[in-house]
Amino acid sequence: MKRKNPYLADEAGFYGKFGGAFIPEMLYPNIENLKQHYIKIIEEDSFQKELNNLLKDYVGRPTPLYFAERMSEKYAAKIYLKREDLCHTGAHKINNTIGQILLAKRLGKKRIIAETGAGQHGVATATACALMGMECIIYMGAVDIKRQAPNVSRMKMLGAKVIPANSGSKTLKDATNEAIRDWISNPENTHYIIGSVVGPHPYPDLVARFQAIISKETKAQLLEKEGRENPDYVIACVGGGSNAAGLYYHYLDQKDVQIIAVEAAGKGILTNKSAATTALGKEGIIHGSKTLLMQNPDGQITEPYSISAGLDYPGIGPMHAHLFESGRAKFVSITDENAMLAGLELSKTEGIIPAIETAHAFAIFKEMKFKKDDVLVFNLSGRGDKDLQTYIDYFEF
Amino acid sequence: MNNRINEKLNKEGKILSIYFTAGFPRLEDTRKVMLSLQKAGVDMLEIGLPYSDPLADGPTIQESSTAALKNGMSSQKLFEQLEGIRNEIHIPLIVMGYFNAMLQFGVEAFCKKCFELGIDGIIMPDLPLEIYQKEYRGIFEKYNLHNIFLITPQTSQERIRLMDEVSNSFIYMVSSASTTGSNAGFGKEHMQYFERIAKMNLKNKLVVGFGIKDEETFMQATKFTKGSIIGSAFIKHLSKNGIKSIPDFVKTIKS
Ligand SMILES: Cc1ncc(COP(=O)(O)O)c(C=O)c1O
Repeated sequence: MKRKNPYLADEAGFYGKFGGAFIPEMLYPNIENLKQHYIKIIEEDSFQKELNNLLKDYVGRPTPLYFAERMSEKYAAKIYLKREDLCHTGAHKINNTIGQILLAKRLGKKRIIAETGAGQHGVATATACALMGMECIIYMGAVDIKRQAPNVSRMKMLGAKVIPANSGSKTLKDATNEAIRDWISNPENTHYIIGSVVGPHPYPDLVARFQAIISKETKAQLLEKEGRENPDYVIACVGGGSNAAGLYYHYLDQKDVQIIAVEAAGKGILTNKSAATTALGKEGIIHGSKTLLMQNPDGQITEPYSISAGLDYPGIGPMHAHLFESGRAKFVSITDENAMLAGLELSKTEGIIPAIETAHAFAIFKEMKFKKDDVLVFNLSGRGDKDLQTYIDYFEF
Repeated sequence: MNNRINEKLNKEGKILSIYFTAGFPRLEDTRKVMLSLQKAGVDMLEIGLPYSDPLADGPTIQESSTAALKNGMSSQKLFEQLEGIRNEIHIPLIVMGYFNAMLQFGVEAFCKKCFELGIDGIIMPDLPLEIYQKEYRGIFEKYNLHNIFLITPQTSQERIRLMDEVSNSFIYMVSSASTTGSNAGFGKEHMQYFERIAKMNLKNKLVVGFGIKDEETFMQATKFTKGSIIGSAFIKHLSKNGIKSIPDFVKTIKS
């Protein structure tokens, strides 16, 4: 038997002390159904075949592992970029939505719901639904609907119904609440495609498995380019943590690989306008998962802030909370300003405009020094088209 | 161990329980609302501890919770307001909230405080049966607090039996697959569900909640069960008509 990987979920969905399923009874049958079937279904040959075909011909996988020569020169290290920005719809999110929609079909579900912040997961879900001819309802905070208008139009064009979440801060957390409430009211025909490695078990594990393709490909590609599967560092931004989970997955138990997670500090961790969960959070429960989250002493969840809508979440997935607490990963927080500058730098140095979420990861050079022969793999989780207006406003182009 | 909830359940007649949000409409209204409800003849109270992200609640309770939090309500504040409450309130009291609030206060400290104040039961919709049994049952029992479980039309018989075994008060029957505050009324399907569960002959009595809003839905919900719980409809009435009109509301349900 294979030794159990201590950084993956146990049977009850716990990563160390984090995870589990703290859900109202109304969700129990749905979650239980998913829990009973998901591994069996996704390990079936026919499932794998259908998934791999779609990933190849529809999503455009494998995505390249690109050696960023000029960045490497500038920072005196070997810098590789895993090009998830080249996926169909422009981010890693679609790896998960294609996987989950195939799962939903096999579970006999007819109606898909999802939450979205920046709109990337909403677009990736709407795309998968269009592809499969399924009904699609996207919950999006009323504030985000305003600040991410082009993605709202994309979702609508793809046939999705976008419903504004008007509760709380009217952003990602609230959209997630609304999606969960919808699922409570539609327990039989509906599947909830959650957009990150968050939520009740089995979601964090399910989403991580669908994103794990990122590190699976990276291993083979790095072997080809560097003659070794393992880099010295893997670096990714963390909102809920799905692109990071994908890049880390096959390296979790490889002790020679250092894991770096980059959170959004917003205007700074001491300013009250931040989304740096490990710096500011405490153990608690959010969206059915025991994890680290930003909250007041009374346990009320506080409103996060980040310039990037995709990192504007007050928690992180339980896998990441465990990576943090166990010391397996190093967490760094990056301000809006440094993220924006890093986004601009990558654009000018390599000709790649990254999503602002992704840009946070590239600001790591402000915080850490690397050795000349260190091999670094960044997850270039998404492209910056959706953020153009924010870049324009920020730099006054 | 039995407490006021069991005593009430063992008496003749149907039970009307009212859920209200603590600290709403104004922070200092908690006690006034309780006294008025007791005086109007309500049999049991669910004190809603407001939460920022109440997943099982519809818009009405979300809004009252947001307002209460803005007013300054918190676990600590509620416990302060309930100091000496048993000198005035004699009907069973249940605290209903979300588990994170309890976790941050400290589960044992929270239970101890409830016990000292004379609280009889706890409803935490997002504290699942399995985790309760494994980690917290001992603490709840030490402080003689009944933990009340929810079931829905989708809950399996097997699971209901398990909850029945672990419970020592009543089973909270959620009337349909929905969050609180549904306005749809009850049809044949609901009645069949109420009857189906009643026929299981559980050791615990059944109390129905979610979607009860008037005399008609109260009568339907209690046809096969011991009682029912009204939340959103009461909060709507309270928001619109104020504390003075609480007796009028109760009269329309249970004359
Ligand atoms: C491009 C991109 N990267 C990262 C994220 C953050 O999500 P996660 O941490 O789940 O990868 C998002 C979320 O919208 C995104 O669009």
